[in-house]
Amino acid sequence: MIEVQEVGRSFTVGRRRDRRTVHAVRDLSFTVGAGEFVGYLGPNGAGKSTTIKMLTGILAPTTGRIEVAGLDPSRRRTALARRIGVVFGQRTTLWWDLPLRDSFELIRHLYKVDRVVFRERLEELSSLLGLGDFMATPVRQLSLGQRMRGDVTAALLHDPAVLVLDEPTIGLDVVSKAAMREFLSRRNAEHGTTVLLTTHDLGDIERLCRRVMLIDHGHLAFDGTLDDLRATVPEEKSIEDVVARLYTGQATTGA
Amino acid sequence: MITTRGDDRGSFRRRFRGGLILLYLRIAWYGFRRHSAYRSAAFAGAFTNAVFGILRAYVLIALWNARPGLAGYDLADAVTFCFLSQAFIGPMQLFGGGLELSGRVRSGDVAVDLVRPASLQLWSLADDVGRAAYLFLLRSLPPTAVGAALFGLVLPSGPAAWLSFTAGLALGVVVSFGWRYLVALSACWFMDDRGMQSLSLILTLFFSGMVLPLNLFPGWLGDLARALPWSAMVQVPADLYLGKRDILDALGFQAAWAVALLALGALATSAARRKVVIQGG
Repeated sequence: MIEVQEVGRSFTVGRRRDRRTVHAVRDLSFTVGAGEFVGYLGPNGAGKSTTIKMLTGILAPTTGRIEVAGLDPSRRRTALARRIGVVFGQRTTLWWDLPLRDSFELIRHLYKVDRVVFRERLEELSSLLGLGDFMATPVRQLSLGQRMRGDVTAALLHDPAVLVLDEPTIGLDVVSKAAMREFLSRRNAEHGTTVLLTTHDLGDIERLCRRVMLIDHGHLAFDGTLDDLRATVPEEKSIEDVVARLYTGQATTGA
Repeated sequence: MITTRGDDRGSFRRRFRGGLILLYLRIAWYGFRRHSAYRSAAFAGAFTNAVFGILRAYVLIALWNARPGLAGYDLADAVTFCFLSQAFIGPMQLFGGGLELSGRVRSGDVAVDLVRPASLQLWSLADDVGRAAYLFLLRSLPPTAVGAALFGLVLPSGPAAWLSFTAGLALGVVVSFGWRYLVALSACWFMDDRGMQSLSLILTLFFSGMVLPLNLFPGWLGDLARALPWSAMVQVPADLYLGKRDILDALGFQAAWAVALLALGALATSAARRKVVIQGG
């Protein structure tokens, strides 16, 4: 469902004399199959967001080849948008000053979802995520947890085959976090939606992801199951400590 | 994903286009409603526009009493021009801004907009048309009514003048959007659009005719000012209202600048998409 082959992305920063090239991502390759739930980890600045922007077609890779849901993201961005759902936890796709419901109605037109199908999907998502109480509330008045549920709904109304989540639980309290995880897990199991999840919350990873990829300095430092990940640093008990070791480069195994 | 339900391509394409129009109409309607959330700001703006209209009117009255017939306007034309230009401030967004885009580029939120299966430029345009319509009702009509009550304004000479004025107003909004979109998008290259915003403010206020009617300027400066896109925002629609300019010539001028700026905006959008760092990690 997602294929990344030897992808690199560099940026030129600075002006004139101190102009230099920063390699946000280099020689990155991985494949995600249909129905997988993959965690994508990495320290700040490792290249996670750059990868996500390339997968969603916002950025074109400098080198290499990407295919998501059968399409080259940067070339077929608009067509791809109809096949994937994206949630940026720190940003919102909802209309700030208007009731939540209006944002969904706009998305129905944007993705050309049939009216009846749309109503069914919205009802399902609304009952699963408990949107009923604030459907008529302007988005700017929603709590962060409510807004995030709104954003996840917005990303799923066109029933995408691939869901890309960039820190969807950031800032949520334990109850909201648990509800969000439960929802995502069910979505993956029942709809077969392929999910790529980036997060700094390792609880998300432990509860949701069968497979973990870890990116560091722009290339893949680990790809395997959660148990494999633990095994890289056998002397550490908690997953936090394991990942911290990997981030600081003290692990025994790479790749 | 789209299902065509087996109709022929032609009808599908028609439906598709109809859907697009509905989408952008809806965005415009949302833009209208989005601004209605800030009603008190609009009222405050209308009040300010009216007060400054009165002050500027007295300046122009003094000027026209000293030099009657200046710029081809009589005194009543000049006072009308003054209140028209005040009325254009809101819809044409003459003091700059009006687009969420610049803030979204700065914060990186534009990433969300770029994921949508829609044109960023048309999306912004539709939203801006909604904004302009709302501000026309709240910030254009009241100051004009005040001006009419205090000074007695000239009315367009007939249906043709009314129609051409309406068209000129609409085209002026598109030209204004085309320019502001470019300014907002400049944030992609300069990391921040504040420098461009202040440059734009000076260019717009002077070359639109907001400070003084452009017909006042003699020689090459006048010719230049009247040929630049900003004149499509104040001078041209005001002249259409006052019946001082050939209708087709005026509307053609505005339409040409609207097309040129939108085309530039489309180029800038794809350039931005290709080369630009989207801020905010």
